[in-house]
Amino acid sequence: MKYLLVEDNHELANAICSRIKFDGHVIDHADKLEDAIAYSNTGEYDLIFLDIMLPDGDGRSFLKHHRDQKKDTPIIVLTARSQVSDRISLLDLGADDYVTKPFDHAELQARCRAVLRRKAGTAQTILQFGDVAFNPLAGQLSIRDKMVNLRNRELRLFELLLNARGQIFSKQKLIDRLFSLDEDVSENAIEVYVGRLRKHLEDTSLKISTHRSLGYRLDDD
Amino acid sequence: MTNTIRISGSLRNRLMITLISGSAILGIILFFIVRGYATQIAQDGQDNILKASLSSILDAATIQDGLVEVDFPYASLSMLDTDLDDRVFYAIYQDGILLSGYKGLPAPSSLTGETRTFQTIKYKGTFARVANANRILVGERGRIEISVSVAQTQDDLSRTLNSISKNVAVFGAGFFILVAALSYLATSTTINPLMRLAASIKKRGPKDLSPFEKEIPSEMVPLVSSLNRLMGRLDLSLKQSEDFIAEAAHRVRTPLATVRSYADATLQRVSKSENREALRSMVRAIDEASRAASQLLDHAMITFRTDHLQKEYIDLIDLVQDLALRLSPIAEMKDVKILVNYKNPVEIHGDFILIQNAIRNLIDNALKYSPNEAIIKISVGSEPTPYLKIHDGGPGFPPDDIQNLTLRFTRGKNANGIIGSGLGLTIAKDVANAHNGRLEIFNHKKGGACAILSF
Repeated sequence: MKYLLVEDNHELANAICSRIKFDGHVIDHADKLEDAIAYSNTGEYDLIFLDIMLPDGDGRSFLKHHRDQKKDTPIIVLTARSQVSDRISLLDLGADDYVTKPFDHAELQARCRAVLRRKAGTAQTILQFGDVAFNPLAGQLSIRDKMVNLRNRELRLFELLLNARGQIFSKQKLIDRLFSLDEDVSENAIEVYVGRLRKHLEDTSLKISTHRSLGYRLDDD
Repeated sequence: MTNTIRISGSLRNRLMITLISGSAILGIILFFIVRGYATQIAQDGQDNILKASLSSILDAATIQDGLVEVDFPYASLSMLDTDLDDRVFYAIYQDGILLSGYKGLPAPSSLTGETRTFQTIKYKGTFARVANANRILVGERGRIEISVSVAQTQDDLSRTLNSISKNVAVFGAGFFILVAALSYLATSTTINPLMRLAASIKKRGPKDLSPFEKEIPSEMVPLVSSLNRLMGRLDLSLKQSEDFIAEAAHRVRTPLATVRSYADATLQRVSKSENREALRSMVRAIDEASRAASQLLDHAMITFRTDHLQKEYIDLIDLVQDLALRLSPIAEMKDVKILVNYKNPVEIHGDFILIQNAIRNLIDNALKYSPNEAIIKISVGSEPTPYLKIHDGGPGFPPDDIQNLTLRFTRGKNANGIIGSGLGLTIAKDVANAHNGRLEIFNHKKGGACAILSF
């Protein structure tokens, strides 16, 4: 996945970028309006994160410019203003969603997924592993041409393991990635989700193996 | 605000009183002038008849054998007949000695020449008009002066005068009423632009500080232009303070976001449990702070707006579905499902921003307190009044302090570990009250918390 982050605060931008890269995505950073327009004109992005208050103008004018050019790259606004009227006007201007700073990374990811799923009709990249087909944008898994209804956490667990096939994830790491930071979750919860996912993937080319005291790994034959 | 306004009279009343009292004074003056003329004309008429009567009596005076003989015709007195049978008196004097007629009528004052005088006297208990005239007869024995007085009571005259006065008074009163009505009309047309200005400013929403642009009479230009300037300054200062709040929020929230994102990223790399715990506490504290800041701002905005509701027609189902869509990513994080149930369209008249905020807070609460994979049921209906019911799959409200939960900064005893400010239900209740509605919260008998917002 390729993101563009438009944010004038370098500290915050670094933190967001490193967190996004950690999830295995590519992210470009523009710190002013002018650069943002240049980046969005040259690069192909799956999603844009946009700050509203920028040194050389208002992020809302970027939104307008973007929509006037009939570009449909989804935009999620990162706003420091929490008031309802501000939020409504952002959506009216063509933002797909917004998060209020400071935001929970898990929530940001959830919003990205929701926005991408809504736009999923256009670009279809399907990952095929034997008889398992996965559409990462729409978050749809089908096994032997039959759609599998995954719960959100099962889906995210699957995505996580699939994107780093052959790598072992500890239970702790999986909790960090799947649950919001303010939730208290026991390691048993992870076992439940892994168990369910395994059941869905039974008799396919994808297998989740347990590595004692280390964690889980997804392999494809 | 109104109790500090000092009122000194009313423009409308002042204008009306001036116009009406002016016309009353004019009316009274006119009445007396008309009455004076009428009296004069009537008096002249009577005097002319009296004069004719006098002449006919004097003409009949002759000297026969040295004696004065006055054989005046009957018509001399009958010409004075009136409808009201006014009494007629006469007296004939020869050189100042009464020859014939009534005593006591004033004798001619002047004995020189032939003169005629008229006067009004009180005679036999009533007013009478007296005319005098002299005539010099020259006979064999020398000059004899004959003087005649004819008097007539004034019953008919005063009746005529009274009737004229009455008519004039009736006309005058009629005109007065007409003038009063016209002055009311004139006052209203003069005051109306002012009233329209006041009404149009009163009708404005709290955020509408645009200049007044409708047409106004030239006299109101100074008032309206200073009003426009005042609103312009107010608008500017409001915008400045809004920008200031936005800037302040930006300055505070951006570093908070930096800390939170770093904590988030660091947590992925740290494995020691005490470090992890510390990072999590940090994140929690940041979330508490930002949540409290948002809710306090929202609460302030709601308190302000409940005094100045900007009402419009709202499709409640649309609003709820939109909110459910907005919140679905958060719901999905916990695999919570939000189901919206409705049968018929439900429309309410209210302040969109307030109602949206209230419902958002209720759904937020339901989301926060619902366990993983729970279902939140929202039903919207219009019987008996428009309502919205939210039933979550959480542990429910603590039964002991359920009544206190809508108080400011009050949170349930089971809220430990869940981030919140204690303002969500307060906001929902304030919004319900501002729309003459109510917020009921209770525990569903099958479990879960229930909130009903009715309008």
